[in-house]
Amino acid sequence: MTNLIILPILIPLFTGAILIFLNKTIMAQRVVAVISSISTIIVSWLVVQKVREVGIQSLKVSSWDAPFGITLVSDMLAALLVLTTSVIGFVCLIYSFKSIGKEREEHYYYAVYNFLLVGVNGAFTTGDIFNLFVFFEVMLMSSYVLLVLGGTKLQLRESIKYLLVNVISSALFVIAVAYLYSVVGTLNMAHISARISEISVNGMPGILTVIAVLFLIVFGLKGAIFPLYFWMPGSYYAPPVPVLALFGALLTKVGVYSITRTYTLFFYHDMDAFGLLSVLAILSIVLGVIGAIAFWDMKKIIIYNIIVAVGVILYGVSVSNTASITGAVNYLIHDMIIKAALFLLIGIVISITGTSDLRNVSGLMNRYPGLGWTFFIAAIALAGIPPLSGFVGKLLIVKGGFEGESIFGASVVLMSSLLVLFSVMKIFINGFWGLDRTYAGEEKAPARYLLVAPIVLVVISALYGIGSESILPYFTQAADTLLNPDSYIDAVLKE
Amino acid sequence: MEIVMAIVIGILFMTATYLMLSKSLLRIIVGTGLLSHGAHLLILTMGGLKRGDAPILGGNAESYTDPLPQALILTAIVISFGVTAFFLVLAYRSYQELGTDNVEEMRGTEKDD
Repeated sequence: MTNLIILPILIPLFTGAILIFLNKTIMAQRVVAVISSISTIIVSWLVVQKVREVGIQSLKVSSWDAPFGITLVSDMLAALLVLTTSVIGFVCLIYSFKSIGKEREEHYYYAVYNFLLVGVNGAFTTGDIFNLFVFFEVMLMSSYVLLVLGGTKLQLRESIKYLLVNVISSALFVIAVAYLYSVVGTLNMAHISARISEISVNGMPGILTVIAVLFLIVFGLKGAIFPLYFWMPGSYYAPPVPVLALFGALLTKVGVYSITRTYTLFFYHDMDAFGLLSVLAILSIVLGVIGAIAFWDMKKIIIYNIIVAVGVILYGVSVSNTASITGAVNYLIHDMIIKAALFLLIGIVISITGTSDLRNVSGLMNRYPGLGWTFFIAAIALAGIPPLSGFVGKLLIVKGGFEGESIFGASVVLMSSLLVLFSVMKIFINGFWGLDRTYAGEEKAPARYLLVAPIVLVVISALYGIGSESILPYFTQAADTLLNPDSYIDAVLKE
Repeated sequence: MEIVMAIVIGILFMTATYLMLSKSLLRIIVGTGLLSHGAHLLILTMGGLKRGDAPILGGNAESYTDPLPQALILTAIVISFGVTAFFLVLAYRSYQELGTDNVEEMRGTEKDD
C-alpha cells in the first residue's frame, strides 16, 4: 500500500488544470509544464525502484477493500512503462517549444498534452477493468483534441475518421466489459483472473474465448494490429510532429500493453486465443513491412514501422515463455523510445525542407551532419543492430520463438528486421546523400534546437542497449509477474 | 424480461450499424449515439434484471438489484455524452471548412499540410 503510484497520474492532472488558466502566458505554461514533467519522471523512477525492491505495489483508492473499490496496481511492467511515458512526455515537450507554434500554445496545447499523459499513465497503472476504460477515454478525448488542434482541412477530415473508429471501439469495450461482468461478476483485474481460474479447471468455457476475442478487437483497434490498423496511416499523418511522436510512441503501446495484460492475466488458459494472437501478430509484421517499403513519404514509412513493432511485441507475448515475454517487454520499451526519436528527427527534416516526400529531399548530410548521424544511429537501433537497444529484445523474442517451436514466426521476425532496416535506410540514403539542395524557408527552421530532443532519446536508446546486462533484472521481474498471474493476484487481494 | 432487452439491444445495434454506414456525417453521429445506448443497455441487462430491495449490505442480499452496473452506465453515459458533443462540434466545423458533410468526399490524403 503506497500512495506513490498514483502520483504519475495526479501530477499531470493538476498541471493540466493549472495550465488551462495560464493559456495566454506562454512562458509560464512552459515553465509549469517542464517542472511537472521532471517531477513525474522522478516519481516514476522512485516507483520503479520501489517495485524492484519490495515487489508489486497496489493502492486501494479511498481505502475500499480490493475486489469492491478501484485498485491501482503497479507491477514492474506498468512501472517501467510509466517511467518511459514520462521521459518521452518530457522530451516531446521540449521539442514542442519551438515547433508547435504560438497559436496552438495559446489554445490549451500544453493542458491537453498533460491530460493525455494522465490517460496513458492511468491506463498503465490501473488494476480495474472498467477504470481502464475510463482512462482510455481520458486518453482518447485528449488525443482527439491534439489531433484536431490547428483546424487545417487535413486535420479535420482525419479527426472525423479517427473519432468514429474510436467511438465504435469504445462501445465494443463497454460490451466486452459487460459480457465479462456477467460471467465473472467482478471488475477487479486480479479478482477476475482468480475467478476465471476457478471456472476454467476443465478448460476455459466458450463464452470466455468470445470475450478474449472481443478484447483483442477492442485493444487491437487502439494498438493497430492486422486487420485493424487501416485507420492509422491516415490519421497519424495529419497532426504536427510532436503530437505524432507522442501518438506513435504512446497510444498504440497502450493498446499493446492492454492486450498483454488481459491475455497474460485473464486468458492464459485459452491456447486458441493465443494462437489467433500469434497469427495476427505475424500478419501485422508482414503487412507492416510491405507498407514501410512501399511508400516514399517519410512519415508514412515510420508509421508503418509502428505496425511492424506492434506485431513483433505481440508475437513475443503470444509465444509466452520466459525468453519471449522478457524480450517483448524489453522491445516494447525500446520501441517507445526509438519511435519517438525517429518521428522527431523526421520532423526536423520536414521543418528544414518543408516536405515529407523523399523524392524532393536530398543531400542534407552536407549541412546537417549532426542530424544525419543521429538519424543513422536511430535507424540502425530500430532495426536492432547490436549493441543498440533493439537487439536484445529481438534476440530474446526470436530465442523464445525457437524454444516454443514456432520456427515460422521467429523467422518472420528475423526477416522483418532486414526489411525494416531497408525501409529506414531508404530515408537515410535518399534524404541525406546525393546532391545538396537549398530549400525555401530553410533559415527559419530551428534545427539546432530541435535536434536536442531526439539526441537525448538516441543516447538513452544507446545506453539501454549497451547496459542491457545491468537492466535485464528489471525485465526479468516484469516477465515473471506476467507469467505467474498468482503473484499479481496475491499482491492485490491479500494484504 | 432479459429476452425483450436482448431484442431491444439488437435493434439498437442494427439501426446504429445501418446509420453509421451511410454517407451523411449527421446520420453517422446519430448512429454512434444509438450504438452507445445499446452498449449501456447491455451492461444494465448483464447485471440481471429484477425488482426488490435497496442494495444495503446485511439485509436481503438475495433480492436486491446489483448496483454496480448502474454505476458503470452512469460513467459510460457521461463519457459518451462528452464524445458526442465533441463529434457534433467537429462535424459542424468540418462542414464549414470542407464545405461538405458527405464522408465520400473526405477520402485520401492531400499533401497540403
